[in-house]
Amino acid sequence: MRTRLVTVLLALITAILVIPGPAATADEQGGETLQGQIRNPDDRDQGVEGITIQVFDGEDETGAAETDPEGNWVVELPGPGTYRVVVDQDSVPAEFAVRETAILVDGETEVEVEAGDQRPLIIALESAGGGDEPSGTQSPSDADSETPEDGDAASEEGDVAPASGGTFGSRFIQLTAAGLLFGLVIAISAIGLSLIFGSTKMINFAHGDMVTFGAMVALVFSSGAAGMGNSLLAIFAGLGGAILIGALLETRLSRTALIVAQWSSIVAGIALATVLGVLGDAVGWKVPLWIAAGIAVVMGAVLGASMERYLWRPLRRRHVALIQMFIVSIGLALILRHVILVLFGADRSRYAGFQIQEVVRLGPIAMPPRDLVIMGVAVVVLVLVACLLQFTRIGKAMRAVSDNRDLAESSGIDVDRVTLYVWGLGGGLAALGGVLYGLNQVVQYEMGFRLLLMMFAAVILGGLGTAYGAMVGGIAVGLVAMLSTLWFPSQLMQAWALALMILMLLFRPQGLLGRAERVG
Amino acid sequence: MDILSILVESVRSALGPIAAIYALAAIGLNLHFGYTGLLNFGQVGFMLVGAYGVGISVSVFGLPLFVGFGVGLLCALVLALLLGIPTLRLRADYLSITTIAAAEVLRLVYRAGFAEPLTGGVYGLQNLAGDFRALNPFDPGGRYGIGDLTYTGAHLWTMVVTWSLVLLMVGLTWLLIHSPWGRVIKGIREDEDAVRSLGKNVFAYKMQILVLGGLIGALAGCMMAVHQASIQPDQFKPQVTFFLWAILLLGGAGRVFGPVIGAMTFWFLMNFTDGLLKYLGRDLGLMPFLDGPDYGALQLAFAGLLLVLLIVFRPQGLIGDRKEMLINVK
Repeated sequence: MRTRLVTVLLALITAILVIPGPAATADEQGGETLQGQIRNPDDRDQGVEGITIQVFDGEDETGAAETDPEGNWVVELPGPGTYRVVVDQDSVPAEFAVRETAILVDGETEVEVEAGDQRPLIIALESAGGGDEPSGTQSPSDADSETPEDGDAASEEGDVAPASGGTFGSRFIQLTAAGLLFGLVIAISAIGLSLIFGSTKMINFAHGDMVTFGAMVALVFSSGAAGMGNSLLAIFAGLGGAILIGALLETRLSRTALIVAQWSSIVAGIALATVLGVLGDAVGWKVPLWIAAGIAVVMGAVLGASMERYLWRPLRRRHVALIQMFIVSIGLALILRHVILVLFGADRSRYAGFQIQEVVRLGPIAMPPRDLVIMGVAVVVLVLVACLLQFTRIGKAMRAVSDNRDLAESSGIDVDRVTLYVWGLGGGLAALGGVLYGLNQVVQYEMGFRLLLMMFAAVILGGLGTAYGAMVGGIAVGLVAMLSTLWFPSQLMQAWALALMILMLLFRPQGLLGRAERVG
Repeated sequence: MDILSILVESVRSALGPIAAIYALAAIGLNLHFGYTGLLNFGQVGFMLVGAYGVGISVSVFGLPLFVGFGVGLLCALVLALLLGIPTLRLRADYLSITTIAAAEVLRLVYRAGFAEPLTGGVYGLQNLAGDFRALNPFDPGGRYGIGDLTYTGAHLWTMVVTWSLVLLMVGLTWLLIHSPWGRVIKGIREDEDAVRSLGKNVFAYKMQILVLGGLIGALAGCMMAVHQASIQPDQFKPQVTFFLWAILLLGGAGRVFGPVIGAMTFWFLMNFTDGLLKYLGRDLGLMPFLDGPDYGALQLAFAGLLLVLLIVFRPQGLIGDRKEMLINVK
């Protein structure tokens, strides 16, 4: 367990190191350098200071550098060529050791530097004594590895299996519980995706980033909102006001009055946002997480509805083809994700106050209370959504539009309005999914995209366009992903979920609950 | 840094090796989307298997470079078949979901711990370009070019090879599309059922084009490996595919030269906006609310905005034909 934790942690450090990704930088001009950042393996926000890195050309030392307090180091090179890089083992603090990798052996490596190359070199540390094996082999778990820190090591591959000790039976039960939790989170986020597909026949690639948005907003308001949070809130209040005016008063006001009212709402929101932004930290406030989650859900709904109202509806009116709409949604996803990155930063953070909790034992299942709350909330919300769809007028209309848009329109349903509500509902649920996922894991700007692939698997498994299918599919995907870690490396859990999706496409492309129709 | 040097830098990257590699991968995507209407959102997966084909053969097994190219292309062939068999019979949106998922899964598998002996895990592989550089007729350290616009010999050599490959593939595309086979392919884009009713095996044609475009993507991946001489799995994030889409739509999908023009324009714009932002922010201090990594993020957001604006206002791109781009998913 220890070695696996370290491996996962290192993977994570590297993931942070490469953000925003070397592919984005084209060739740059300038002198040749070698550079990198050495981080503390125990706390990845901290660099390690004072490690000396020497660069040799043959036997001559051409340069050396010492890491600064953030762990950064840069060595300027005289020109292109092959260099030998040596990490001075004596300068590494005693509690760490340099991690052996395929590239770095015994603190030494040969590097080939091209002309104009500013080459990053990854040097990773590990806790001294722990983890001699680089691969994720499983060693008997230590007593202290069962702390909630486990979740902290959630890496790019997904989550770390919550339990690795004990007998097969107890691990099975434990992982089933974890899978159910994961599945419920996927299901909540995926309902919107499926309903949106049903009512507009469009795959919303930006859905994952709506999930991230919810998690980030809840984080901001629960950890103390200042200038930026207030401004965001004001803008969304303006947008929400405009959409509400449009939806509720459409039939009662004249067209001009409606447009004036909507735009004045938006302008007022922006003006208020500017004022609050200028005031900055003067208007600071903080709410408990559950209120912040409520705000996030409302803002997520406004985000979804305003995307429909101000982007998708005009595009549909222009008769933009569906493929083009997919591409627009991908563009939108890129914009959303990186605006979120700029606004909230690339840090991985968690909701304060829920990290370390006493584990509650329910028979063979051990879970922190926060996970129980997540599951409870998820189940209640799923039941509520099912009731909404099954028994209310608007819910029935949603299902009707989802089933057959043209038929619904010809039988007198206001399809545009229903679509607007579907987007609102989808956005709100996505935001809630984000809060729950962030509570269980970490909040990070790419979390939504990772969940998006799981959501795709869920909606295809359950049947594209059916809300109940997304629920069933989500839980199935969560269970498969978690239970696969019983036999296979946890890094592959997403792969198994997606393999399940591909199997489904082979044998029953309409999904579990989808109606058989020609899809090819 | 002034405006002129930003411009020179942008032109440099518009003609540089990275633009050439992206142009090559976009040509594959053009075959998929521009001519056949296949929604491939996982082109980066083909690049990844190509790059790792070279990487693993050269770096782990010490085989010569051309074997590496062969292995990379073979992997792409297998990947295309695996992706195509379940999804090509289905509607276009299923292919889009499967490809984006497959590419991401491939990246996760290649960077996973258990694959480390072969792929180097998150650290990747290095020292891949020895054979390629040995063939370099230019002086690797020397500078070639006109005025301020210069490239090192090493880059120039990659550029010559990659742009030649691009031209070769452009020629190949032209020949294929103007053949009877190409007319069937375009027919599938316009109306799949009509083509089927004429007795053509639509599935087989789609599979052929998926393989062909995938192979070209893998070739781009191979060139990426020899250009950088090292590869890491995190270079193959999904955003590379999205860049390729932006390139294709910017240049004009369904046009032989679309990807080439698109790649040049795209990298020019990317570097120009980035340079301008940094100039305004760092040198003039106009944007105090941004710090280091934000510039990269804004660049990516800009790519997204470019995609949205292009689709809304000019779906045919720079040199495309609007009528050709009114494709409908059925």
